Amino acid sequence: MFDVDIWQEIFSTIKKNKLRTFLTGFSVAWGIFMLMVLLGSGNGLSNGVKEQFAENAVNVMWMWTGETSIPYNGLKEGRPVKFNNQDYDFLTTKSKEVEKVSSRYYLPNDILYAYGKEYGSFETSTCYPTLQEMEMININSGRFINELDMQDFRKVVVIGDEIRKALFKEEEPIGKYVRIGGVPFYVIGVSKDKKNSDKNRQAYMPFSTAQRIFSGGDRVHTFTVTSKIVQTSEEAEAISDKIRDDMAKRHAFDPKDTRAMGSFNMLTQYIRTMKIFQAINLFVWIIGIGTLIAGIVGVSNIMLILVKERTREIGIRKAIGATPMSVIGLVLLESVLITTVAGYIGLVMGVGLMELINMGLERAAAAGGPSNNTFFLNPTVDFKTAVSATLILILSGALAGYLPARKAANVTPIEALRDEN
Amino acid sequence: MISIENLHKSYVTGNNSLHVLKGLNLEIKEGEFVSIMGSSGSGKSTLLNILGVLDDYDKGNYYLSGKRIWGLNETQAAITRNAMIGFIFQSFNLISFKNAMENVALPLYYQKINRKKRNLIAMEYLDRLGLKDWAHHLPSEMSGGQKQRVAIARALISNPKIILADEPTGALDSQTSLEVMDILKEVNDQGITVIIVTHEHDIAALTKKIIRLKDGVIGEVITNGDLQMYRDRVKHE
Repeated sequence: MFDVDIWQEIFSTIKKNKLRTFLTGFSVAWGIFMLMVLLGSGNGLSNGVKEQFAENAVNVMWMWTGETSIPYNGLKEGRPVKFNNQDYDFLTTKSKEVEKVSSRYYLPNDILYAYGKEYGSFETSTCYPTLQEMEMININSGRFINELDMQDFRKVVVIGDEIRKALFKEEEPIGKYVRIGGVPFYVIGVSKDKKNSDKNRQAYMPFSTAQRIFSGGDRVHTFTVTSKIVQTSEEAEAISDKIRDDMAKRHAFDPKDTRAMGSFNMLTQYIRTMKIFQAINLFVWIIGIGTLIAGIVGVSNIMLILVKERTREIGIRKAIGATPMSVIGLVLLESVLITTVAGYIGLVMGVGLMELINMGLERAAAAGGPSNNTFFLNPTVDFKTAVSATLILILSGALAGYLPARKAANVTPIEALRDEN
Repeated sequence: MISIENLHKSYVTGNNSLHVLKGLNLEIKEGEFVSIMGSSGSGKSTLLNILGVLDDYDKGNYYLSGKRIWGLNETQAAITRNAMIGFIFQSFNLISFKNAMENVALPLYYQKINRKKRNLIAMEYLDRLGLKDWAHHLPSEMSGGQKQRVAIARALISNPKIILADEPTGALDSQTSLEVMDILKEVNDQGITVIIVTHEHDIAALTKKIIRLKDGVIGEVITNGDLQMYRDRVKHE
């Protein structure tokens, strides 16, 4: 099969039919090029949206309370519902659906942060150490809040990078005291999010400290929890329903009352979005393979004509002892060669184009600063896809050559050589 | 060498059946130099195809070198042809994009002999036929006689038992025809059975035995001295 002769023969026929080989190859190259561009774009879109989700753990869920809007068990509507520390204990110890919990107590919006002569008002996220993982908080220097901070009601704070810039300028903030609402807090870390600059204007404070110092009693405003990871949106929905039911029982409101308790389940959204992208991906493959099939039919067609033209030659070969297998090999190999080489060119060009676009996007992102919310990220085709595309090419080459090869193998020397008479 | 008993062959096209060979009997011994003649439709092409294991037959027996040729699949037939039979055609049937040496070497390629060795052997055969200097020329650069000599070299390279030549001089002028016939005679002198299908009497006269086909059976077999004398006269002119 890897004999020089067979290749020599294939190249000599290709050389004799340059234009035709080029056109045939082009249709295959175009097919695979389109497939790569489509797949790359699909990936880019999917990566971009995944990136949006990547700001938080995908299985995160937020809960907050309001006033009841439906009468329940003889209780009137318009009754305020309030989470408390007992709910935290319940969620951490009793609830099977929940894995990690962080409570939050809201500080007044206009609370002032001050250091030396600099001051400003910033959002404070009061939390448990678990929040770091749930909201993917990236610590640039120092550390995040830990269990000891919680137990000892330490007055410590992690500030976002924007707060650091506003209050400390070039100064090293860690180890300094920043006054929050007049109370000095020891800075233990600086957080920095590369993409979401809003997060950089936030500070993180131990929940226990905040509740005590800012007279929160046992009041909890919101819970951030992570649930176990499930595969379908129905299951994710069921989890949030169960948590809602538990809370409804504890606070005596109708589980259907979304005003009494609001919640947002990231996992449901995530699964739904990923489902859409799976569908897009499938669609892309179908279109791409459709385009490819058009190319393959072209190759097959050309090979058929070629076999017809070479009937005489094949007849001679058979007369002097070529076995049907060797004739099939000749035609099949030529077909595989054309599709593989042309397809590979298309593959390289498609992948190359997507890499170029990616380079442009990255450059634009670097120039545009951290706040550009692109929905198109890394629109490239991964190695696995490229390999499977290559395999598809070789396979399709074999497929395209199969019919013509059978035809060639069935050439009877008598008929082929009779043409002359 | 060749033994044919009661051979029948029909071609079926649609509802029509054409009975070409009608119980033909033929015996050709090793080392014979035979020509097969007959008008068109007499079945000579059909017989040649069957002799060359290019086609099968319906009824009867065909023994080649003592082995019955029957029910071979394509691969077995190809191997038999490659090992036993050398073909020479009217229109040479060289492969146009291969040079003389590569054309001659082709049967050895199908015997899976490596490139270097088979090209060496091919050169030897070309040398014997006086074409050493033409080894690297394409068929299109050669004269008809040269092309037929290349084809003969190709037929000989696999050391066949039988050379089957279908109108080997049909496309050549008379001078070249005689040269080709001389070569075939030399081949025959080395002990290879040579069978020629021709409709030219003077060519047939150069062989040692003429078999005339008529209506799918042997019409007559001529082996008398008159033709021998005729051949000598043509040669000396």
